[in-house]
Amino acid sequence: MIPMLLSGLAAIGFIAFSAMFLIWLERKISAWIQNRMGPMMTGFHGTLQPIADTIKLLLKEDIVPKGVDFLSWWLAPFFVTVPVVMAFLVIPFSPKWIALDLNVGVVYICSVTSLCVLGIFMAGWGSNNKYSLLGGMRSAAQIISYEVPLLLSVLLVVMEAGTLSMQGIIHAQSHGWFILKPHLTLAFLIYFISATAEVNRVPFDIPEAESELVAGYHTEYSGMKFAMFFVAEYTNMFIISAIATTLFLGGWQGPWLPGVVWFLLKSYGVIVLLMWMRWTLPRVRMDQMMSFAWKVLTPIALLNILISGWFMVK
Amino acid sequence: MGDLVTINMGPQHPSTHGVLYLELQLDGEVVVGCKTHLGYLHRSIEKIAENRTYTQFIPFTDRLDYLASMNNNLGYCLAVEKLLNVAVTPRAQYLRVIIAELNRVVSHLVAIGTFAQDLGAYATPLFYAFSDREKIVELFDSICGSRLTYNYMRIGGVSGDIPAGTEQVIKDFIKYERKQLIEYNELLTYNAIFLARSKNIGILSKEAAINYSVTGPILRASGVKWDLRKEEPYLVYDQFNFDIPVGTVGDSWDRFKVKLDEIEQSLRIIEQAIGAIPEGNPVSKVNRVFRGTGEIYLRTENPRGELGFYLVAEGGFNPTRCKIRSPSFSNLSALEELIKGLNISDAVCVLGSLDIVMGEIDR
Amino acid sequence: MQNSEILSLIKNKFPELLAEETPHGLVIPKTNLLDVARFLKTELGFENCHCVTAVDRKDRIEVVYHFYSFTYHFMLTLKIILSMNDLTVESVASLWRSADWLEREVYDLFGVRFLNHPDLRRIMNPDEWTDYPLRKDFKREDFIPRPVSPGLKG
Repeated sequence: MIPMLLSGLAAIGFIAFSAMFLIWLERKISAWIQNRMGPMMTGFHGTLQPIADTIKLLLKEDIVPKGVDFLSWWLAPFFVTVPVVMAFLVIPFSPKWIALDLNVGVVYICSVTSLCVLGIFMAGWGSNNKYSLLGGMRSAAQIISYEVPLLLSVLLVVMEAGTLSMQGIIHAQSHGWFILKPHLTLAFLIYFISATAEVNRVPFDIPEAESELVAGYHTEYSGMKFAMFFVAEYTNMFIISAIATTLFLGGWQGPWLPGVVWFLLKSYGVIVLLMWMRWTLPRVRMDQMMSFAWKVLTPIALLNILISGWFMVK
Repeated sequence: MGDLVTINMGPQHPSTHGVLYLELQLDGEVVVGCKTHLGYLHRSIEKIAENRTYTQFIPFTDRLDYLASMNNNLGYCLAVEKLLNVAVTPRAQYLRVIIAELNRVVSHLVAIGTFAQDLGAYATPLFYAFSDREKIVELFDSICGSRLTYNYMRIGGVSGDIPAGTEQVIKDFIKYERKQLIEYNELLTYNAIFLARSKNIGILSKEAAINYSVTGPILRASGVKWDLRKEEPYLVYDQFNFDIPVGTVGDSWDRFKVKLDEIEQSLRIIEQAIGAIPEGNPVSKVNRVFRGTGEIYLRTENPRGELGFYLVAEGGFNPTRCKIRSPSFSNLSALEELIKGLNISDAVCVLGSLDIVMGEIDR
Repeated sequence: MQNSEILSLIKNKFPELLAEETPHGLVIPKTNLLDVARFLKTELGFENCHCVTAVDRKDRIEVVYHFYSFTYHFMLTLKIILSMNDLTVESVASLWRSADWLEREVYDLFGVRFLNHPDLRRIMNPDEWTDYPLRKDFKREDFIPRPVSPGLKG
C-alpha cells in the first residue's frame, strides 16, 4: 500500500515539475524559432517563469460564468487531469522505475489516455458558450477518429514484440530499436501523426483554434481550473512521447548513461519535435483532418498490419 | 438541415482584425448567413474635416488606415494640392514615392503575417513580418519622429528632408528584404497545409470583384490587371519600371501571393527612385492657410486599394465636405457573399485574406 | 471621353431628359436616375460604382455618384439635387452591389432615403439614433463645433 502511495506522489510531483519545465521549454523554443529571447527576467534565462505563472494562476479569481451546467463544468478539469496521472502507472522510466508492470500495459495506457476526451467534451458542453461547444464537438470527433490509426500502429508493435507489457516491449528491442525496421518506421509515422492529433497540437489544434474559436473548450475557464487543463495538455504531450519512446525508440536502453536519463532524453526529444512543428506549421481544416484520418492513415495502417502480418506468419 | 446556431464573432475576437462584428448563422460548422455590423470605431472623421483647416486635417488621415498612414497622408495632400493648385517640387515628389512605397511594404508585411496567423501558424510568420517591419518603422521614426501615425506629408511637399544616411539604410533594407521574401515563400507560400487551407477558398470572380467595387490587391488577385500607379500615374510613377502582379483564380491564396509579389515590385520602385532622387528643396514655399473653391475626387493606390478623397470647397478655410472613399469598406462588402456556404475556418481565412483595417472602414 | 460627350449620349437616348453639365459633373433630375444609371452601366461600360456620397448645401442636398469605366479610364460624376423636404431617391444597388453599403452610409449620415434598397439600415451609428450627423444643422448637446479659424497670416 505504502509503495503505491509513494509512487503516486512521485508521479504527481513529476507531472507538476515536467509540465512547468515543458512550458518553459515551449516558450524558449518558440522564441528561438521567432528570433527573440523569450522569458528572461525571472531567474537565469527565465527558469523561474513557470513558478511565477503557477503562483499567478493559483491566486486568480475562479470565475464561474452564468448558466453553466454546474456538474460537468466542475468535473471537467478533473476528468482531464486524472487519466493523465493514471497513465503514469505503467510508464517504464528505467528497468526498476515502474509503478506497476501490468501484463496488459499497452492496452491500459491506450484506454486511459483516451478518457481525456470525456473531460474536454464536458468542458465544452458545460461552459454554456457556443465557441466552447464547437471546440468540444470538434475535439470529440477528432480524438475518437484518430484513436483508430493510433491503435492500429500500436498493434503492429505488439505483434512484433509478442507481449503487451511495457517492459516486455523494451526488452524485445534489445537487439535494435523498432523504429529501425521499415514496417515499424511507417507505424511510427502513423503513430506520431495520430498522437499529435490526440493531444491537439498544431497542425491538429482544431479544438482550440485560437483564431477561430478563441480558445475552444477552455474559453470560459480561469485560474486553477484553467491551470489543470494546461497541465493536462502538457503532461499528455509527455505521455505520448513516453509511449513513442517505449514502443519505438528502445525505451530506457542506451549506453553509458543510466536508463532513466536515456528515457527522459528520448521523450523530451520527441516533445521538441512536436514543439518545432507547432511553431512552424499552419493549422489544417476540420474536414481535411477527418478525411486524412479515415481515408489515408487508417487504410495505410491496416495495409501495413496485413502485409507485415503475412510476413510474420510466413 | 438541423437547427441554426447564431454565433457572434466579434467585436472582440482574435481574428476579426479590430472591432468588426460578424453575426454568423451556423449550420453545424457551415456558415449559412452572415450579417456585418460596423461602426465600433466610428469617429466621424468626415465631420471633423469640416471643422478643421486643410492643414489641420492631415493628422486625422493617419488614423484612417493606421497601417499605411503615409499613403493616406499622400492621398489627402494630393487631393488638396489639386483642388487649390499648389505646386510640389521634384525632390518632394520623389521622397513621397519612396516613403509611400516603403509604407506599402510595411502594410503588406502585416497583411501577410496576420493572414498566416489566421490560418493557425502560431505567431512565427507574424514575428518574422514584424521584425522586417520594425526596420522601416525605425527609419520612419528617424525621418518624422513617429512610429505609427506619421503626419509627414504636407500640402506642397513633405515636413522635412530625410536625414543624412537614409539612402544607405533603405538600400540595405532592400537587399535584406529580398532575402526575406525567399524565406516567406519557403515558409508559407508553397507549404502543403497552407495551400490546402487557402487554395480555392473564397473565390471572388472578376465580374463580382468589379461589381462590388473591390480594388487593390484583391481586385488584381481576381485577374484584373489594374493598378492606378500604372493606369493613371500620379506623382512620378510613370518614370519607373515595375510589373503588376495578377492572380488567376481569385482565391485566398492568390490574394496572399499578389501581396507578396507586390512587395518585390515596391522594392523595385524604391530602388529606381532612390537612384534618381533629384537635389532641391523638399518643401515648397506655400501658405500655411489655404482657401479656395471647387470640387475634386482624387484616388490614389493605397496598399489596400483605391483611396478616394472627395473634397468640396466653398471658399472658406475648411472644406465643406470631405468624403473619404476607403478601399477596405468596399472590399469588406464582398465578404457576406464570399463566406456563405464555407466552413467557419474558411470564413476566418477569407476575412484574413481580404485584409481589412477597421480604422478606415468606420472612419 | 468627356462629360459633354456622355451628356450628348444621354440626351440622344433620353430626348426629354433635363440633364445639364456643370464644371463638376452632370446633374440629372432624380426621376430619371435609374434609367440613366442602367444606360451608363449596360451601354456605356461604366461597370464600377466607385463612390456614392452626399453634400449638404444647407438649402439642398446633392447626392453624388462616381462611376468609373475601366475601358475609357474615365470617372463620371453624376449628381442628383434633392430639396430638403423630399429626401428620397431611387437606389442603384440593384445595378451595382457596391452601392448597397455606400447608400446605407449616406442614409446613416445624411438621412437620404433610398427607395427599393435591399436593406436600408444605419451602418455606422446606433440603430436607435434619430439625428443625421453630417448635416450642417446637426445639433447635439455633446457635439460642440469648433469655432471657424480666422486664419493665420501666411
